[in-house]
Amino acid sequence: MARAKDKETAGASARADERENGFVPPARLSVRKAYKMLVGGQFVRSESGRYIQVADPMSLGGTKENVPWASRKDVRDAVVVARGAWEGWSGRTAYNRGQILYRLAEMLEARQGELSRALERGGLDASRAATETAAAIDRVVSYAGWADKYQSLFSSLNPVAGPHFNFTVPESMGVVGVVAPARPALLGLLGAVLPIITAGNTVIVLASEEDPRTALVLGEALATSDLPGGVINVLTGRAAELLPHLAKHMEVAALDLHGVTPELARKAEEAAIVNVKRVRTRSIDEAAWFDADGATSPRWIERFVEMKTIWHPSGA
Amino acid sequence: MTAKETIVSATNGETHAAPSSPAQRAALEFGKAWTYAPAPEAADHVRIDPRYELFIGGKWVAPSSGKYFDTVSPSTEQKLSEVAEANERDVDLAVKAARNAYEKYWSKLSGIERGKYVYRIARVIQEKARELAIVETMDGGKPIKESRDVDLPLVAAHFFYYAGWADKLAYAFPGRSPRPLGVAGQVIPWNFPLLMAAWKLAPALAAGNTCVLKPAETTPLTALLLAKIIEECDLPPGVVNIVTGAGATGAAVVAHPDVDKVAFTGSTDVGKRIQKALSGTKKKLTLELGGKAANIVFADAPLDQAVEGIISGIYFNQGHVCCAGSRLLVEEGAFEPLLQKLRDRMQTLRVGDPLDKNTDVGAINSKMQLDKIRELVDAGEREGAERFSAPCELPTRGYWFAPTLFTGVSQSHRIAREEIFGPVLAVMTFRTPDEAIEKANNTMYGLSAGVWTDKGSKSFWVSQRLRAGVVWANTYNKFDPSSPFGGYKESGFGREGGRQGLLPYLEVD
Repeated sequence: MARAKDKETAGASARADERENGFVPPARLSVRKAYKMLVGGQFVRSESGRYIQVADPMSLGGTKENVPWASRKDVRDAVVVARGAWEGWSGRTAYNRGQILYRLAEMLEARQGELSRALERGGLDASRAATETAAAIDRVVSYAGWADKYQSLFSSLNPVAGPHFNFTVPESMGVVGVVAPARPALLGLLGAVLPIITAGNTVIVLASEEDPRTALVLGEALATSDLPGGVINVLTGRAAELLPHLAKHMEVAALDLHGVTPELARKAEEAAIVNVKRVRTRSIDEAAWFDADGATSPRWIERFVEMKTIWHPSGA
Repeated sequence: MTAKETIVSATNGETHAAPSSPAQRAALEFGKAWTYAPAPEAADHVRIDPRYELFIGGKWVAPSSGKYFDTVSPSTEQKLSEVAEANERDVDLAVKAARNAYEKYWSKLSGIERGKYVYRIARVIQEKARELAIVETMDGGKPIKESRDVDLPLVAAHFFYYAGWADKLAYAFPGRSPRPLGVAGQVIPWNFPLLMAAWKLAPALAAGNTCVLKPAETTPLTALLLAKIIEECDLPPGVVNIVTGAGATGAAVVAHPDVDKVAFTGSTDVGKRIQKALSGTKKKLTLELGGKAANIVFADAPLDQAVEGIISGIYFNQGHVCCAGSRLLVEEGAFEPLLQKLRDRMQTLRVGDPLDKNTDVGAINSKMQLDKIRELVDAGEREGAERFSAPCELPTRGYWFAPTLFTGVSQSHRIAREEIFGPVLAVMTFRTPDEAIEKANNTMYGLSAGVWTDKGSKSFWVSQRLRAGVVWANTYNKFDPSSPFGGYKESGFGREGGRQGLLPYLEVD
């Protein structure tokens, strides 16, 4: 909004200032934001000092903004904090995880305008941006509900032929690396990450390369929700460069890859053998992310749990 | 208050049952150590209206009869407010409003939108939890410690839990397309007034039904405050309707021809009458009725832990708990030490002002219930069981009953067969696991049971043989919205809580 205002001011007094190469001193100079990644609940630039420029269509004169270009070291730092956060996150009660996710929905709703604007600046028209933001918030609500319910669908009491009480229960895997789809930048990122964290895992997500800025605005909402630091870590940069490092990291338990090229997927799948990572590679078309029934199926969660079977004797 | 079996003073907590040895006696002489300074919960921020109307179609409506009845605090016998008495005409209006809301709004919403409404309710309950706890305690007599730390967190959790199912019903019953039933008529008891409202409304709403809820006549206030919350949450008018009144109002709800589903929690006697009234109709029914749970303690059990479980099992909420562990079955070898520990522990229970934060046992819910408890306790004494009542000073006003246990109880005694619904424990013994199971199952009820043993295999073995809907092993009276609750046999049918708790509110055939 501040930028739009700059433009207005400029328009109003444009004639008077033609001689000064178009420059108009704004009535009030807006404060620009340095976009940072979210790692371990902290806002960080890339340790490499590298940046990527993204267009800001709302600015005067086609200004570009800078987002961090994460490095291998940033990935490795993120894995350390995600691994640390996993203990606490998976140890919380399912109810508490659900409460925290619902709180996240509340925080996103409050930032609905800001998120929509970020999507618009990333290239969507206002209506599509609003639709995507609303869908993203509802997706969070939906997974908040899953937090204490998928267990009752995945577990079983196994009628073994003997004096035993035998049951199978889902448990979290650990740290999961995610490559978010290029589009939808917000709904796709959340839609991929939510089922994974709902199950008690923690995540390092590489944001959309088409619209990385929206993911960083989302990070600001994540940081002000009750979500513990390190549960969702948001990196911006180049998947082709960063994914191989995630794929071969011994502390990463699984990968969820959306819309990566077949060559890159193959490279990641090969590297993943190092610790027998579970890898899912998918390319879902954009509309499918908006299909709430499909995208909130418990099968999305089931891919990121381990199943534990417990035998207990039963006898007097 | 009389105590037949032991030497006790009925006036204060300084003297107590004779411990078995002089050393023990000395160890238990705490003088006034058990006496706590008053710690009343501040209630001055709570506003109770002088009068409440019926909540029908999103509006507060005067009863067509013009009649109101008082709701009193059982701990002070003071009138708290007066509440509308709904008759058949009012109930008809409420059912019409619910039908209209079902057809016009609720059945047309997507699951996620319905869920978001229910989440709103959960959130506001959390925000107003203390106020609701205080009113619950004032209206019903339960200790603030329990309404604040047990009832209210469970109420909010229940709404949260079922809110989350609203958009997931197809996954709860794979291969089916679950459909709501329509209008649910729900009649609830006075022992957990708001919690029972939550158990009824949350799954019904999430599944897509609209509701007419009838709270108990002695505890209507929190349901009415819940109606205000529902109003604040901007639910479509008529999705939830609250009609207050006594038995006749409940009967009108149950009998209304346009009610598709009836859910009742209360006594087995009334439950059977409802089942009869519904026979031959197409209405669906779930019943959560009485109980006479066996709490089985084996000699290898951790006794100190068991004592805590037995105490909370029977004295929690003054024993006004359908799943109360009201029959204690003790393996003979553990009888003496366990009973000694139990009597000692009973003497540390603080009975009195429910609004005091230190109170363990509050007021009996009503004069009528107090009379019923006295009648059964008298029967216990008459039939030859030995009574021990904790020595405690009881307030002069209000309805009170000291925590009590009976030994020398036989299975044929009324106190071993009938639900007392008060702080009265019947203790019996057994010699073998088979005998324990035999005795535990020797009841028309089958709501819950407890097993105490350090041997895991035994606890599973016994649990699998108990004819009860809920079995607690080395714990008691635990509740969670994700955990199904309900009875076998004459304790009713249907489950509340968990995925199973959706079924009574859906058509999946």
